[in-house]
Amino acid sequence: MDSLVERLRQLVATAVRGGGDKAIKRHRERGKLLPRERIDALLDSGSPFLELSQLAGYNMYGKEEVPAGGLVTGIGRVHGRLVAVVANDATVKGGTYYPVTVKKHLRLQEIAERCRLPCVYFVDSGGANLPRQADVFPDRDHFGRIFYNQARMSAQGIPQVAVVAGSCTAGGAYVPAMADESIIVRGNGTIFLAGPPLVKAATGEDVSAEDLGGAELHCSTSGVADHLAENEAHAAALARRVLGNLGAAGAPGGADAVATAAAAGGSAGSSMAWEEPLYAAEELRGLVPADPRQHWDVRAALARILDGSRMDEFKALYGPTLVTGFGRLFGQPVGVVANNGVLFSQSALKGAHFVELCAQRGIPLLFLQNIVGFMVGRKYEAGGIAKDGAKMVMAVANAQVPKLTLMVGGSFGAGNYGMCGRAYGPEFLFSWPNARISVMGGDQAAGVLAQVEEAKRLREGKPWPAEEQAAFKAQIAERYDREGAPEYASARLWDDGVIDPADTRRVLGMALAAALNAPPRPTTFGVFRM
Amino acid sequence: GRLGARAELAGAFGKLLVANRGEIACRVLATARLLGVPTVAVYSEADRDAVHVSMANEAVCIGPARAQDSYLRGDRILEAAHRMGARAIHPGYGFLSENAGFAAACEAAGVVFVGPPAAAIAAMGNKSEAKALMSEAGVPVVPGYHGQDQSMSRLTEEGRNVGFPLLVKAVLGGGGKGMKLAQAPEELEDALASARREAAAAFGDERVLLERFIERPRHIEVQVFADAHGNAVHLYERDCSVQRRHQKVMEEAPAPGIDPGFRASIGGAAVAAARAVGYRNAGTVEFIMDTDTGDYYFMEMNTRLQVEHPVTEAVTGVDLVEWQLRVAAGQQLPLQQEQLQLSGHAFEARLYAESPERGFLPSPGTLLRWRTPPGAAEFCWDADVRIDSGVHEGDAVGGHYDPMIAKVLARGTDRDSALAALHGVLTDLEVGGLSTNQAFLRRLATHPAFVAAELDTAFITRHGAELTAVPDLAPEVAALAALAAHALRVHAASEAAVSATSGRLTAWDIPDSLRLGYEYAADVVLRRALCGTPLSARLTFARDGSVWIQGSGGACFDGTGGASFDVTARHIAVGVEGGALTAELDGRQFAAALESYMHGDEQVLEMWVGGEAHEFRAPVPCVWAREGAAAAATGIVSTPMPGRIIKVLVDDGAEVDVGTPLVVLEAMKMEHAVRAPCAGTVTELAALAGAQVDDGHILAVVVPPDADNAAAAA
Repeated sequence: MDSLVERLRQLVATAVRGGGDKAIKRHRERGKLLPRERIDALLDSGSPFLELSQLAGYNMYGKEEVPAGGLVTGIGRVHGRLVAVVANDATVKGGTYYPVTVKKHLRLQEIAERCRLPCVYFVDSGGANLPRQADVFPDRDHFGRIFYNQARMSAQGIPQVAVVAGSCTAGGAYVPAMADESIIVRGNGTIFLAGPPLVKAATGEDVSAEDLGGAELHCSTSGVADHLAENEAHAAALARRVLGNLGAAGAPGGADAVATAAAAGGSAGSSMAWEEPLYAAEELRGLVPADPRQHWDVRAALARILDGSRMDEFKALYGPTLVTGFGRLFGQPVGVVANNGVLFSQSALKGAHFVELCAQRGIPLLFLQNIVGFMVGRKYEAGGIAKDGAKMVMAVANAQVPKLTLMVGGSFGAGNYGMCGRAYGPEFLFSWPNARISVMGGDQAAGVLAQVEEAKRLREGKPWPAEEQAAFKAQIAERYDREGAPEYASARLWDDGVIDPADTRRVLGMALAAALNAPPRPTTFGVFRM
Repeated sequence: GRLGARAELAGAFGKLLVANRGEIACRVLATARLLGVPTVAVYSEADRDAVHVSMANEAVCIGPARAQDSYLRGDRILEAAHRMGARAIHPGYGFLSENAGFAAACEAAGVVFVGPPAAAIAAMGNKSEAKALMSEAGVPVVPGYHGQDQSMSRLTEEGRNVGFPLLVKAVLGGGGKGMKLAQAPEELEDALASARREAAAAFGDERVLLERFIERPRHIEVQVFADAHGNAVHLYERDCSVQRRHQKVMEEAPAPGIDPGFRASIGGAAVAAARAVGYRNAGTVEFIMDTDTGDYYFMEMNTRLQVEHPVTEAVTGVDLVEWQLRVAAGQQLPLQQEQLQLSGHAFEARLYAESPERGFLPSPGTLLRWRTPPGAAEFCWDADVRIDSGVHEGDAVGGHYDPMIAKVLARGTDRDSALAALHGVLTDLEVGGLSTNQAFLRRLATHPAFVAAELDTAFITRHGAELTAVPDLAPEVAALAALAAHALRVHAASEAAVSATSGRLTAWDIPDSLRLGYEYAADVVLRRALCGTPLSARLTFARDGSVWIQGSGGACFDGTGGASFDVTARHIAVGVEGGALTAELDGRQFAAALESYMHGDEQVLEMWVGGEAHEFRAPVPCVWAREGAAAAATGIVSTPMPGRIIKVLVDDGAEVDVGTPLVVLEAMKMEHAVRAPCAGTVTELAALAGAQVDDGHILAVVVPPDADNAAAAA
């Protein structure tokens, strides 16, 4: 695990370097801050920042590198309240939107909408990446969706704030224009539908960027922006001021009920209202055996994640390959659903039962995935494992409580579904660096595909030499291995980030608090196949 | 004994009214309380919450803040005494303490004035008549000639009698005009001639007087006490040579380096002086001592309790206020001269709201931090460490009244041990919210010349450069300051967040700046208040809780001119309410006390570490950044200190140059011109003559001409 964490650290280090030293130097020479510095200046001093999808875009565009997808997104705290932040990284291809940039931007907006978090957009972007416009511009979940989301969130009373710290050209101009309040930085901030070169080409008009769409113009004449910042530090101060005047909009709604319940537990107070686990967070790095085939008890992870290392297990003796129980995370009650082996019918039934309980009680769910799948074989099919698995999927899909998923090992097949994979809309989904995700394991896939191939060859009467067969299998396994790796998954936003296991408790705690910002929603289940 | 005095004093006075404020009012009230005398305090409208008010049994408001309207209003004070049934008034020092008219008014109203008879005050109030009186009584006065015979021959002859060096002064002189020095007899003729010429030209009167010039004078004063029964004693002398502009800074008792003969002689002279004017109660006879000849001369008599009386209390074991009250009640002096013994040595340092490093600029403000070392006594005549002050945290100092914050006293068996103790107290004392002369006093206490008792009244002038030098900042201290500034920022944000969320804590409220997969870095930019040198640092937070601090500062920063530092801090702990910080920097442990507050548009950080006080400032973007076209180049004119606007020199719309005085502010008994920070047009003039303003109050905005153009072009 240490080497995996080290590799993760290197990947993140590369990602946070953005467009590299030369681009950073150019950027700074204009008096601009880097995106993470802008966020630092916005957030409450000393408060954490939950950065999402740091590996977005990794190795996705061949020779073109788009570190962190050219966009920094995450959640942070301003005046004690959580806000969702998006900041273009102008050092990466001028901050233009690659397909993954759009996806990352939309994902953050999705989280913000789900959690009802006020949004702050630090805009510094050349707009859509023109060579890739076909994969960026027209489809439902493409560029236009950003503004659609802004409009809809604004309508729902989720504040939208834009800070124009660089150029906001063409479509990008709509980010501040669609915002509830916007701030623009003198000198660097410009907003226009068409920049000076395009204006010159279209109408022959010769105009400077500042005169065409500078801070002074937009704050005093056009009204496209509301607040004029003298520089970046001032912009951050103004943004904080704007966020200090949100009133009740975007204020935590859902947390109250749960927090009250937690306080009733007795430990609420002005100091730390929770117990730390009895075991060090760093030990989470040492839990997972190097050989993925070796079993390890998921309770060891839970003991390093939950408050006081305590969990009240539910149905401990029934369906023991799924561990369920009630614990707390930073004082907030959570229902834990964690794999501890292959899913059998009993495990699935227990899972469905427990998820129903949590939905009934409004207790958020935490899924720890380490699952090769449901048990296969005649006996189990006959036992109706498919319908029992379906019950669990039905319960998980419909439970309207905040859901967090963490992949601590394999995530294969229908196990991924029952354990609240990406498709099941958990508010947040994180992976450990050892995680593997695919429809099935590489070896199994190689075996299945080899059998198919062999059958085909048998029909055609072609021999298949053993070494060829081995090479075939190896190739399949290699491909599954590569595509199942967390950096491959995270690059494509199949999760919200790969995290150091030692950060697990904090990350989950922050994600949970963010998810609880939204008011509770009522749950209704569909038809359970009995 | 005290118990006997109790009933007697209470009987004599009914109640005692203390017609003063600040530390001296507290001092008097403390003894009155010990003696069981009921007390009445008076206060101005600015002093409603002052310490002295809370120390008295009863209190009466006597008028508005201005001393002329309150503490100097004898009529109101007498009225208050009458109303409250107080039959005695203690005037303290300053205000009405040496006002013969007030003493007489008390007498007329049948109220005991705790001080000398009006006649004695009047006799000593006229300085030249007092000298003549003393001369008659055999008290040595500075030799001189004040005669009417202005013939050259008479002046030359008198000059020889006076002795050299000798000063020829115009009778109507002032400001050094018509003043000439003759070092030796052969220079006298020239000096006389040129002094006369100048005097005639400047004042139209060529009369001159002659006076012995004392090149290196020491200020030695003697505490005297007399009662109504004909007893008069002295309580030995004090040396108050360390002065700045005739303001005493450090006093000690006894005067170092004088022999018993001198002591007896000067003490006797002081008693003779007191007797000569029919003195009663406590008084101080001030002498000037010629360090070259060892001669001493009468200068004046202060007919009141002095600021520096505690050093005498420390070495004689006498509560001078108790004696004052006893004598005022008609009792005999408790001790005769032969019963008074000197024991040990004591120093008093006066802590002022001023900045010696900036030319002793007055720095009134709010006392945000006032922590005295544990074990320090207050108003106690018999203590080894004593801090007399009339303030508590949160009080405004130096606005309406005296800028003295406190008197810091230390006593030892001998001069060296007393001085060491004084240095210790001055080190442990934590004063925040305004600039003080604390560091100056500490440097004074360790200055080799002071330690060697090489005293004369030019001491501060002579050693000023060393005493007011801005010390270099150690790299660790610079790093600690950066760490502290950041920690306070975090603490403030954390507090605000917790209060905004009604104390509901989540994983977000752990203020560890957690970043996923990379290290958080924060920049801190500060300015050292003393020298204006910028100090910038980058703090990088490692996952293990340690902080790597890299930074650089200016020239006065590390003395070598290299001015950079690179320090790793571990085991950092921020204490109660953010007021304390401990950290291990490169293996050395530092514990700092912190105070932070806004001053105008800057955040001030005061830090006490290793007995040193440091002040840093940082601009706050939210405040300084004005919105609108001219913001980038506007000159905001704000008051540098609280005070009263006495003149507005420009009109709105006036064109001014950089440095043009705009407004005259009166603060700390001095006038300060507030000047234009840049050339341009005066706008938003919001200064009103007569208005009392806080510091940081925006008076006007000077808009430079190019800012207008820029705005027009934009």
